[in-house]
Amino acid sequence: MELFRIKKDIPFMSYGRITTTISLLTFILAVFFLATRGLNFGVDFTGGTVMEVNYPQAANLESVRKAVDSIGLKEATVQNFGSSRDVLIRLPVKPELSVSQLSEQVKQALVAADANAEVRRVESVGAQVGDELYENGGLALFFVCIGIMLYLWLRFEWRFAVAAIIANMHDVVIILGFFAFFQWEFNLTVLAAVLAVLGYSVNESVVVFDRVRENFRKMRKATVTQVIDNAITRTMSRTIITHMMTQTMVGSMLLFGGEVLHNFALALTIGILFGIYSSVLVASPIAMWLGVNRANLIGNTEKKEGESKEKVIEPDPSEFA
Amino acid sequence: MNRYPMWKNIFIAIVILIGFIYTIPNFFGESPAVQITPAKSTTKLDPALLGQVEDIFKKEAIQFDGIYLDARGVKARFKDTDTQIKAKDILQANLGSDYTVALNLLSRSPDWLRSLGAKPMYLGLDLRGGVHFLLQVDMKAALDKAAERFIGDFRTALRKERISYAGVSREGQAVQIRFTNTTELEKARLILSKEYPNLTLKESANGEYKLLIASLNAVEQKRIQDFALKQNIQTLHNRINELGVAEPIIQQQGIDRVVVQLPGVQDTAKAKEILGRTATLEIRLVDEEKSDYATLEKADKGQAPVGDEVFKDREGRPILVKKNVVLTGDYITDAGPGINSQTGQSVVNVTLDGRGARVFQQVTRENVGKRMAILLIEKGNTEVITAPVINEEIGGGRVQISGMANTQEATDISLLLRAGALAAPMDIVEERTVGPSMGVENINRGVHSTLWGFAAIAVMMIIYYVVFGTVSVIALATNLLLLVAILSMLQATLTLPGLAAIALALGMAIDANVLINERVREEMRNGNTPQASIHAGYDRAFDTILDSNITTMIAGLALFMFGTGPIKGFAVVHVLGILTSMFSAVVVSRALVNAIYGYRRKKLTKISIGQIYKA
Repeated sequence: MELFRIKKDIPFMSYGRITTTISLLTFILAVFFLATRGLNFGVDFTGGTVMEVNYPQAANLESVRKAVDSIGLKEATVQNFGSSRDVLIRLPVKPELSVSQLSEQVKQALVAADANAEVRRVESVGAQVGDELYENGGLALFFVCIGIMLYLWLRFEWRFAVAAIIANMHDVVIILGFFAFFQWEFNLTVLAAVLAVLGYSVNESVVVFDRVRENFRKMRKATVTQVIDNAITRTMSRTIITHMMTQTMVGSMLLFGGEVLHNFALALTIGILFGIYSSVLVASPIAMWLGVNRANLIGNTEKKEGESKEKVIEPDPSEFA
Repeated sequence: MNRYPMWKNIFIAIVILIGFIYTIPNFFGESPAVQITPAKSTTKLDPALLGQVEDIFKKEAIQFDGIYLDARGVKARFKDTDTQIKAKDILQANLGSDYTVALNLLSRSPDWLRSLGAKPMYLGLDLRGGVHFLLQVDMKAALDKAAERFIGDFRTALRKERISYAGVSREGQAVQIRFTNTTELEKARLILSKEYPNLTLKESANGEYKLLIASLNAVEQKRIQDFALKQNIQTLHNRINELGVAEPIIQQQGIDRVVVQLPGVQDTAKAKEILGRTATLEIRLVDEEKSDYATLEKADKGQAPVGDEVFKDREGRPILVKKNVVLTGDYITDAGPGINSQTGQSVVNVTLDGRGARVFQQVTRENVGKRMAILLIEKGNTEVITAPVINEEIGGGRVQISGMANTQEATDISLLLRAGALAAPMDIVEERTVGPSMGVENINRGVHSTLWGFAAIAVMMIIYYVVFGTVSVIALATNLLLLVAILSMLQATLTLPGLAAIALALGMAIDANVLINERVREEMRNGNTPQASIHAGYDRAFDTILDSNITTMIAGLALFMFGTGPIKGFAVVHVLGILTSMFSAVVVSRALVNAIYGYRRKKLTKISIGQIYKA
């Protein structure tokens, strides 16, 4: 079986204007939702308490709410998740109550209201710890970007580094945009997924860039556009199959992973879908517009051979006519 | 050209064999067990304990499946939880309070595996159930307390040198000594700067008084903070030992935090109560001169004489004690319940350390015939446990506290004293609790995600790439095997995000094989011979695989550096998964392909990598 039978190179670069416009639009939309709606941060970042309570029969949300209200926690949200027997209670940080007191009080109230209530999970984070996790999350994101850029710069060329990082930040912003638009909870596990996507979708750009570099050596007479088009076309089948495989795994997590892994898998899914698009249709045009060409790419990686080689492979403009 | 040298094949075989050995323990499951450890972290483990425990089991006819001694204590496995609980009760009764007996789960893997150090993966709290606390140490209070201690020390030092001063008090974290004239101040300055080189001394004036202000310098502050943290961790160790938790984790995090993880603990209220307990003991003198009825009456209403404080004893009678603290619980090295041979009353026997013993001897010598109050401060309430008359000078640091209502109380109070005081109060700033059923469910979720995902990928790969697909799937399975083996070997904590990382690692690792297979197809398409195509495919794909894995690795390392808890667990698996995938996808799959196609005698004309479309 072979899914992709592409005879000629697809002129991806000529669609560059359209694809980047689409990207720009989704990007602006994502930023817009991030700005207007903001992310629905989980307790990891905001501080507060989440409790997962299980009942042997369908839970009566009203009585749960009453029980929580009875100890003066009016700001609490009570909702079902997964099944009707599982209840999720969220409580904001109460400055006058310590993290540990709060959860014990709620537990007591719940058991008093219904002796069968089983508290299966409690996550309580103080406001200060939340701030620190937020800060560390930001730092991690920053260092991943810097690290990847440095590596691509050393391995390829600064233009590729910049292009890849723009394409990937675009993915990250779009994931965040989705989370803002749907107000899905953004917690530490989702952050891990976002960072994993960053590392993963750079792969895509790397695979294409690797091919571009190889093509510059082999296709001496081709233009920069032709070289990039060929590189994308040749790697396309691999790109799609790989993503299909990874997405299969992520889909399996989405199905079997339960509440904790749900948003993690969701972030990965968006990341993977947009990762294909951006690494092919955003990174490459940007690299091209930044002026990637035979000279700066091969010259950069084959330093040993010195300048003379660079001159030899310098394209002659007349050849492209 | 598609043949590996023999050593390479043997190397791969050995790696896979080691992978197998270290993966197997994960399949044996766990059985109920008890774990016997010395109650005090200072007590050395006696190897004779193993025989002792075995004898007890024999005597009480308790069947056990296995028993062994390790670095922490004796562990014994049982068939069911009933035997386990019975064994625990019997052991606790026979071994007494010197040992902690905790319920635990132990791997059922055979002894030869354990002797190789092959253990199942170490499951995090979200997979086995339990509580995780992050405690914040109140460093300001630690410094306040340190300053408070200097007040008494200064008084003694000045009195010894016969320097007259008007008063000593604490202002924030500095100690202020008031003098009426500068000559005395200068004398005091000389003495104090010699005795306490870590204090910064400053002069000042306040109306008629000349002031000498002593404050802690940065080095001393750091030392006090470090000490407070260490002392708190030690105290937590002792308290948790009393709780009887198997495999607790108590670790410093950052400069002022402590992580406490108690696997299997369900009664969070009790755990919190014990962790947060801030009982301290103080010994002070009763102010006998002012203890007349009228003053006591007035003091009870809140007008205690200067330099005195009023507290209630167990019967609710007010007792006037001096503010000056003779000794604090910090000087206690041991405490245990006992019976006074003369009165038959329950008592607590306290042992003081060298410095405490000296101070205690001096104070008792100077105050024979007077009363001494022993105060217990718990959760901000101070209670006079007992206020006995000092009959004679007490030397040697062995003190008997009478006034216990019964043996139970004597036991409780000695436990409290022995478990020690916290050097500074602590607050729980993060709590994560996972119930046991949730833990099992989380494992199932993680395992199902991985296995179903793996199965789906396997089917797709085999349909699409046929023999090469099968090779890729075997390589992927090897990857899973090696990843689990390394995680078991390192005993890195596996969390639910860690399980997700295993799944993700497999989903990403297949990329390398897809790259290789596509490359081989392409070489074939370009008209190369099958052997040459295989060779070139692997060769050319390798650079790309390396590049893409390094970028993924960068993300993993950043996650590891900045992540805490579950995220760190994710990062560890993520990074390890990249390393194992490089080996399995490139080396193992190549070895397999070589074995299949590299040794054909006839010229190879076709390879089974699915249909290759030719233009």
